Amino acid sequence: MNKGLLVFMVGILSLGCKSSTGSVVEPLKIVDQEGYKLAVYDFDHFQQLLEVEEAGTVRVVNFWATWCEPCIKELPAFETLYADYKTKKVEVILVSLDFPDQVESKLIPFIKNQDFKMPVVFLDDPYTNEWIPKVSPSWSGALPATVIISEDSYKFYERSLDYATLEAAVLAVKDNF
Amino acid sequence: MKTLKLLIGLTSLLVVSAFAFAGFGDFANGYDLGDTVSDFKLQDVSGKQVSLSDFPDAKGIIVVFTCNTCPFALANEARILALDQKYKSKGFPVLAINPNSPELKAGEDFEAMQARAAAQGYTFPYLYDESHTVYSQFGATKTPHIYLLNREENELVVRYIGAIDDSVRDAETVTKRFVEQAVESLLNDEAVEPAITKAIGCSIKA
Repeated sequence: MNKGLLVFMVGILSLGCKSSTGSVVEPLKIVDQEGYKLAVYDFDHFQQLLEVEEAGTVRVVNFWATWCEPCIKELPAFETLYADYKTKKVEVILVSLDFPDQVESKLIPFIKNQDFKMPVVFLDDPYTNEWIPKVSPSWSGALPATVIISEDSYKFYERSLDYATLEAAVLAVKDNF
Repeated sequence: MKTLKLLIGLTSLLVVSAFAFAGFGDFANGYDLGDTVSDFKLQDVSGKQVSLSDFPDAKGIIVVFTCNTCPFALANEARILALDQKYKSKGFPVLAINPNSPELKAGEDFEAMQARAAAQGYTFPYLYDESHTVYSQFGATKTPHIYLLNREENELVVRYIGAIDDSVRDAETVTKRFVEQAVESLLNDEAVEPAITKAIGCSIKA
């Protein structure tokens, strides 16, 4: 089994069992490019990932795009967080807001090139005015943006985060070490 | 001149501290709906200085924070031109402002702005917010970011803040033209609804 698929399946598996309905969060479709599998969601499906029901689990959701330079700059911090805490119930999900017609030409080649181990999903939903306020009423829509979610807290950041800030923000809501 | 520099320095310090106190992700600074806009003077790609007071006959102004490089701004370019075409004659011209710093983002310098305006045939001023004061005065956080101003008792009042329509990245899937609806409402003396909308954009590099 190739690595992309494994990462994807681990991602779906771990996400699925924690969705609000208890069911697997099904993507709209999967883009398969030479073995790399990218899950595509609309917001209705994606929204379940913004809820964490299990105590002790923290989910970090980062909204980014390949065209967003400050996003690219902060991605290594998220990859490091993923590597450091993946066995400690900290989940990291990158949510790409790339243009749909650039998924195969830019997004997937970028992910492959960076060799990210953290899961990446693609949010394909043009009606931002409907869903941005559901992520956070305070979000103007600028990228990058990050949400840190636990069973009893939901913190939104409309700015770039470095590793120290990110780790501190995760530890601040995680109490089961 | 020294006093002016000192003043500007102090002001930026105050703005920075205001942001620090506001905390993470809080960009509540800037204009809200119903606020009166203060005038400013910025250099246009034509070389002229342009102010809001240069539009004494306008019923309002469609202020668009945009830039040369953000894919979402570029995806809106034709729609912004169409807005100006449709509403300038009805008293609502477009006024575009680039808040980005060329030191932080290549391709955002004044010459590149002049080239883009010429190549795309901009029919509206394209102003360079070189000191980055105007975007922060408005509270714009991204490109594209639109503020619709309405003239009321000879003041310009903010009546809409947000996106050009409900599908910023793709003109093909638009179902609601927010700015057009808002201008039409103002032309008909009606309340603007929705008056605030959200869309993805590029954070302002300044």
